[in-house]
Amino acid sequence: MKGLNFSAIDTRPLWLVPVLALVALPAVGSLDTWLTLTVAGLAMGMIIFIMASGLTLVFGLMDVLNFGHGVFIALGAFVATSVLGGMGDWTHSRELWRNLLAVLAAMGVAMAVASAVGLAFERFIVRPVYGQHLKQILITMGGMIIGEELIKVIWGPLQIALPLPEAMRGSLIWGEASIEKYRLMAVVVGLCVFVLQAWTLSQTKVGLLIRAGVQDREMVEALGYKIRRLFVGVFVVGSGLAGLGGVMWGLYQQNVTPQMGAQVNVLIFIVIIMGGLGSTGGALIGALLVGLMANYTGFLMPKLALFSNIALMAAVLLWRPQGVYPVANR
Amino acid sequence: MRTHLLNRVLSNDLPRSRWLALLLLAILLGLAFAPFIFPGVKALSVAAKILVFIVLVASFDLLLGYTGIVSFAHTMFFGIGAYGIAIASVHTGATWGSLGLGFVLSLLLTLLLSLAIGLFSLRVRAIFFAMITLAVAAAFQTLASQLSEWTGGEDGLSFKLPALLSPSTEFSQEPLWGVALDGRLLCYYLLFTAALLQFLMLLRVVNSPFGRVLQAIRENEFRAEAIGYRVVVYRTLSSVLSALFACVAGAMLAIWLRYNGPDTSLSFEIMMDVLLIVVIGGMGTVYGAAVGAVLFLVAQSYLQDLLRLASDASQAWPAVSALLSPDRWLLWLGLLFVLSVYYFPTGVVGRLRSWAALRNATAQKAANVP
Repeated sequence: MKGLNFSAIDTRPLWLVPVLALVALPAVGSLDTWLTLTVAGLAMGMIIFIMASGLTLVFGLMDVLNFGHGVFIALGAFVATSVLGGMGDWTHSRELWRNLLAVLAAMGVAMAVASAVGLAFERFIVRPVYGQHLKQILITMGGMIIGEELIKVIWGPLQIALPLPEAMRGSLIWGEASIEKYRLMAVVVGLCVFVLQAWTLSQTKVGLLIRAGVQDREMVEALGYKIRRLFVGVFVVGSGLAGLGGVMWGLYQQNVTPQMGAQVNVLIFIVIIMGGLGSTGGALIGALLVGLMANYTGFLMPKLALFSNIALMAAVLLWRPQGVYPVANR
Repeated sequence: MRTHLLNRVLSNDLPRSRWLALLLLAILLGLAFAPFIFPGVKALSVAAKILVFIVLVASFDLLLGYTGIVSFAHTMFFGIGAYGIAIASVHTGATWGSLGLGFVLSLLLTLLLSLAIGLFSLRVRAIFFAMITLAVAAAFQTLASQLSEWTGGEDGLSFKLPALLSPSTEFSQEPLWGVALDGRLLCYYLLFTAALLQFLMLLRVVNSPFGRVLQAIRENEFRAEAIGYRVVVYRTLSSVLSALFACVAGAMLAIWLRYNGPDTSLSFEIMMDVLLIVVIGGMGTVYGAAVGAVLFLVAQSYLQDLLRLASDASQAWPAVSALLSPDRWLLWLGLLFVLSVYYFPTGVVGRLRSWAALRNATAQKAANVP
């Protein structure tokens, strides 16, 4: 493959994921339970990756840390409740293709809405404080609060159920292990997004510019490219991906709450810090680690689920203080 | 001589604006005589909450305004202080000893936790600190509601204070100026003294050579390091110090409410309130904490009623009514917050000071003209 030089990739972080899974095996005890948990963890990790990849690129490109990223996640999920709720005939159908169409429609609308809101968010919330870290943190946090409250105004403050369409429910039984169909689907969708993203970043001119911009913004500008426009594009796509991730997260949890954005935001931050701010490959590894860890500890010690992820992050940062794939100049 | 003394007490950080001085004096006197000037249970509760928030916000400003780092775990330390008092009182009885035990243990926990977070996340980049504190605070909040044998879960803990501080203790049969001299009043003045002392201590900290270094780091981290100050050490010290003050503020809140639960001391809404107060009052001034806390808490306690009225009045337009509902209070706070960060970044205190400076400059110019 042109442009992807495998010998240049640092492979050591790649081992973290299988190592974590293997370490968990004796702790979990039974192989079947372990398989169920691992698939669930990988599915969760892929969904988190979809949401985190946009955020980490936005940071890498423009040094903008968007604390309001969670709003797009919640927005996507709530849009999905409306779309799927309105397509009752399609979701209650037992035919898989009708279900798939309904979910695809929900994903499409959610991505479109989240992208549009992302465009406005970039213009009114992020742009005026561009280059000032402190204000950025404060303002995007304010934007998060406003967005969450507006969601409450539109959809109400309560939890809304987001049931899976008929044909996607249930699980595949493989020996004693049960693997939910939807989780397999989430892994597939996540892989598609990753491959598409990796292809865009490594094979297209836009991808080349984005990668160059992450490495050295000023140099790209000096060559005559408008990095601003590129940045707005990445921000909008990142918001759309967050919307997509929100739909998938909502279906994964089978319910949505206005606070879900803030909750997922915490996981995403852990992921992008672990991966190295600005690195999509790192975000993938971080997301898979977080997903696996959350499921293993959720089974072993439910009360410490979130702390285990923080401990994991601490361990990774002790090994590589800038994250598993440090980005140059950051 | 008198100005000299005032200078000493205020650590040479005078208000530097006539209006600000008047405002601060009014706040000081208002809080000092609150039980006598504003009768009623609600008014006294608001005054006590203002005292707690002045300490909480001033300690947060040490971090945000003076050191230039954002922490989202400030309410975690606030909560630790409150839970320390509550848990000790519930489990070891309503004695001064248990209050002291809870207080010391929570301070110790705060010290260790903030030191760990600071050394860990400030070592790398300041922006990590914001994200990591957010994550740790979220984890702590979940933990606090899940360890319900200790913390009472979502319901929280109600507890009794030593008899001296309880409302049933009467010190005199005769009310003074219409106010009963009971344990509640003593409790208020305990809070008042604690808040005043801590306020002056924080003023001393930010105006000390240590505080100057913090400001240097805020302005230019690289240059401060180049001059020879260990930025990590100073930032960590600043975050530990501010966490300790927040912990004391939490203890004050628990003593006043005789109750503590996740929503009263740990919730993210309180973090938002603190951020907003710092911005309204003025980042980088301890006085801003006092001015902001008074403005904000009075507004919060009384404007929500106004919002309810507006919401009821606009029943005809359901969309408007939903936006104006008192439950959506946070929406308006958020808007106010964003707008103040844009257009009003120096806050009330900064504005007043720059006006005064401008006036002085004009006066000087006029005097220089022959």
